[in-house]
Amino acid sequence: MKASDLGELALRNLREALLRNSLTTLGVAVGVASLVAMLSLGVGLQQFTNSRLASSGLFNAVFVMPRNNLRLFEQPGAQPVELPRPLDEQARDQIEQLPDVVGAYPQIHFVTELRFNHIPYSTLVAGLPQSDRNDGAFDGMQGRFFSGPAANEAILQIRFARQLSKDPASLLGRELVLRYAAREPLSAKTVAGDAGSTDASSPGGGSGAAQGFSVVARQKDLKIVGIVQTEPQGGFGGFRKTPVYIPLQVAEALRATQVSDLRDVLQGPAKTRQYASLTVRVKSSSEVVKVEARIKEMGFAAYSLFDTSRDLQLLFTLLDLLLGIFGSLALAVATLGIVNTLVMAILERRREIGVLKALGAADGDVKRLFFAEAGVMGLVGGALGVALGWFIGRMLTWGTNFYLHRQGLPSVNVSAVPWWLACGAIAFALGVSLVAGIYPAARAAKLDPVEALRYE
Amino acid sequence: MTTANDERAIRTESVSRHFQMGKTLIRAVDQVTIEVRRGEFLALLGSSGSGKSTLLYLLAGLDRPTSGSVFVEGRNLATMSSLELARYRSRTVGMVFQSFNLLPRMTLEENVELPLRLAEVDRTERAARVREALDRVLLSKRAAHRPGELSGGEQQRAALARALVNRPTILFADEPTGNLDSATGEEIMGLLAEFNRSPGMTIVMVTHERALAERFAARIAVVADGKLAGNGAGA
Repeated sequence: MKASDLGELALRNLREALLRNSLTTLGVAVGVASLVAMLSLGVGLQQFTNSRLASSGLFNAVFVMPRNNLRLFEQPGAQPVELPRPLDEQARDQIEQLPDVVGAYPQIHFVTELRFNHIPYSTLVAGLPQSDRNDGAFDGMQGRFFSGPAANEAILQIRFARQLSKDPASLLGRELVLRYAAREPLSAKTVAGDAGSTDASSPGGGSGAAQGFSVVARQKDLKIVGIVQTEPQGGFGGFRKTPVYIPLQVAEALRATQVSDLRDVLQGPAKTRQYASLTVRVKSSSEVVKVEARIKEMGFAAYSLFDTSRDLQLLFTLLDLLLGIFGSLALAVATLGIVNTLVMAILERRREIGVLKALGAADGDVKRLFFAEAGVMGLVGGALGVALGWFIGRMLTWGTNFYLHRQGLPSVNVSAVPWWLACGAIAFALGVSLVAGIYPAARAAKLDPVEALRYE
Repeated sequence: MTTANDERAIRTESVSRHFQMGKTLIRAVDQVTIEVRRGEFLALLGSSGSGKSTLLYLLAGLDRPTSGSVFVEGRNLATMSSLELARYRSRTVGMVFQSFNLLPRMTLEENVELPLRLAEVDRTERAARVREALDRVLLSKRAAHRPGELSGGEQQRAALARALVNRPTILFADEPTGNLDSATGEEIMGLLAEFNRSPGMTIVMVTHERALAERFAARIAVVADGKLAGNGAGA
């Protein structure tokens, strides 16, 4: 029998015992809804965690440093130490040329003093590249991101903003003064006077020129353009609690003194600018490992938090598995309902099966007919169950957010039904229904047509 | 062995069908050898429990013999697979039953279409074939009715249309007038006789009504205790 005829006959048969088949289908729907609701919670929590991690900027970043030839104790027969490749402008350009790399940025963060309404606040300032605008950390911020890479603007972290004003939103558009310690090159006179103390054997010291800088106080006016709820992290272990962000280009131009400046003094003069470290932004977290490996091949030390992320994925997979198993219990009960309904249908339609066989239906046709009926119940039940599961998930989210709002906390989306879950649940319901149909279908196919025709 | 151009449409060779009921062996059909010529109208006459319906089911490929052979159109049904028997029932033979066996939830049109679905006849061809079959039994106007809305005679005519729609060469009828009054029974027998004349269909009918058998069948074979007791010509 052709598939279209099989489908028509199956639907007709299901319509004949509408109440019983509807109840069986509803049973499947409830089973699938339980499964979908459970998994939607797992997926929702996973998505929520992932989005928070992604907004931290750590999981699509590789942190690069020059290789450190640290040797506290000389080993007998050890190979001579090779000079590490400098992390300079040329290296930065090379890294930025790598596939899937968005950009490579120096980490600039320094201690400073901010004055607002003539009141001084000691704090930390960090430079942010313009590309961070899209990494999710600034979604939902008050105000806006920097208008340009060289804009004299600042974004405040909400906790710091609350220190400045009880109404943080009122800070937008206001000016603040950044006072900082800037590096100034030593004058020629100072260099000549200190030349005698230069160690000619130190790296980069072959020119005989003194390496150093003087520190002078400077200040810069900045306009507050945004207030962010999250804690954007511009680099590895650096900016976690940074209260103030300014454009990276502006931060570089300030030449504010940083801890790494001391190391630069010791290493001596270099032809090009050298970086203590770079943060490499990658297009997506899935490319991080590849980019990290390429940077290591270039001769630098590179780190990422991908492995931590992978452990987290494993944890959520296990959570989904457990939720799925509990959710499947209701579906297992519904499966028994399908078996029961189809076995009842065989008893009721025994004579009809005999007629079908007398008219030329093969055993396989009868089997497929019962499979089709089981499949339709699974398919319809699955689709209804996904809708019901989605609804339950929305209700859970609504209830959770109602509670969170009462606690003064921001709302979260605790459930999600992505397309793969919806399709997977329907396919699973279909598969389970077909398995449930195996016994009844086989039993119907094996009916002796003569006995079936004599059945009253 | 029967060949394709043989005059014999059906031939059995010592065919038996036994049933084990506890310790008792029931010989429903016992060593029956019979031949039916192409285009012949044969009546299997016998009392209730004589084994005539069991013999009919063996010839129709609904049951398998315990021993012996059943040759139809040159093929031995006893050695056919289940699928081959289903195809044989679908394409070579048509069947009508005493209790009509129309599916009550389907209209007449849908009942008659059922064998065409099973034989995978193209959908575009089906409507014409169904109309033709219903025309033949004068039920075109009742096509949209369900069996429950029809009289017994009309239901049996619909069952005949269903048996005819796949254009079989052999028609098996199991007590086709058993549930009908005598006038309606004669009407049905008239239709069977008509099908036997045109298009020359071979008909094997089981009945316990000697009068009808003698009036309409070309030959009567009497079955008693699972054996052929007589093989006379009808009127």
